[in-house]
Amino acid sequence: MSNFKEFTKGLIKENPTLVTLLGMCPTLAVTVSASNAIGMGLATTFVLICSNMVISLLKNVIPKEVRLPCYIVIIAGFVTAVELLLKQYLPSLHSALGIFLPLITVNCIILGRAEVFAGKNKIIPSICDGAGMGLGFTLALLMMGTVREIFGSGSWFGIQLAPKSLDPMMIFIMPAGGFFVLGCVIAFVNKVARKKPPKEMGCKGCPHYENCGKALELKEKEEG
Amino acid sequence: MKELVIIMISAILVDNVVLSQFKGICPFLGVSKKMQNSVGMGVAVIFVMVCATAVTFPVYKFLLVPFGADYLKTIAFILVIALFVQLVEIILKKVLPPLYKALGVYLPLITTNCAVLGVTITNIDEGYTFIQSITNALGTGLAFTLALLLFSGVRTKVDAADVPETFKGVPATLVAASIVSISFMGFSGLFGS
Repeated sequence: MSNFKEFTKGLIKENPTLVTLLGMCPTLAVTVSASNAIGMGLATTFVLICSNMVISLLKNVIPKEVRLPCYIVIIAGFVTAVELLLKQYLPSLHSALGIFLPLITVNCIILGRAEVFAGKNKIIPSICDGAGMGLGFTLALLMMGTVREIFGSGSWFGIQLAPKSLDPMMIFIMPAGGFFVLGCVIAFVNKVARKKPPKEMGCKGCPHYENCGKALELKEKEEG
Repeated sequence: MKELVIIMISAILVDNVVLSQFKGICPFLGVSKKMQNSVGMGVAVIFVMVCATAVTFPVYKFLLVPFGADYLKTIAFILVIALFVQLVEIILKKVLPPLYKALGVYLPLITTNCAVLGVTITNIDEGYTFIQSITNALGTGLAFTLALLLFSGVRTKVDAADVPETFKGVPATLVAASIVSISFMGFSGLFGS
């Protein structure tokens, strides 16, 4: 039962993109169409599940001082595997995601989950956590991709919805539209969930929370 | 020379790393609250980007390619960047304590900044020479700093503004970022295309 809880918390309650605000870069960059969004989401989910699994197995072997570089190498290994697989079997998706495929390595959701969850928990809960967080990420990307594709190109998953004579609002698939839609989606989710919107970035989920939060505070104290 | 100028300007204005390529959004939203922090983060990023490019380029050309292991570049580069950041932190602490005090807090954040890994991979993918790569890295770093600085100015206004309840905080910040991004779209026709 508790494993099920680990799985569902990532979907809505602790959704990595919309609630804890991690992994913003791919969320904004690849969501110009719904199919790209699904592809990116599933690739990230795969890496997240695998890396969580391996890291929770190795948690007693990895020395505490050098754990972050170790985690990054494990993650980068799986990312390279995904990259090679996509290049072979789905070349169109591979070229659509472009540079953001290798950049899954530095997606803070994955390193964050490794640091916060997989490094401290057993293998089964870690897999559930990874799957939940990954699917939550995919869900958020799909929402973004749907809105941007329908408004920006008048289609959904490549199916033409609006009549051809109607000019789509190009701004939605431009970079500026990405920021705008993400802002609106977060606001919408907050309205539906009747919650106050997050005031700050989700620092607690960030792998560098301890280093950076403490240091920034000290710095501000020094400056008075 | 002309080519280098074009690479530099297009990195800073036309293809701004944050506002049109969406790399490094996390520090962009997280650190841009105060002007001073933005400058510190920006300088640290410029420094690491240029040095990381100077290291990863030879690693790729003289280590990965001769052994036919160029598909390992993601792993090799992130490892180089992580090690490099750690090294810089240790050296700065010993040699230049005042600089460490100013930049030190931002260094651990940079390992997972996708703009840094992004720029090293882009340099390889675009087939730049060593000098061009360094120029591109410098331009990208400057672009990051510019975006952070501009946005920290906008942000003080947004935080003081009266926005609808559901948009308060992060959503309003994102909408403001979209407007700043529109202003950078004006540069897109700068070099024809």
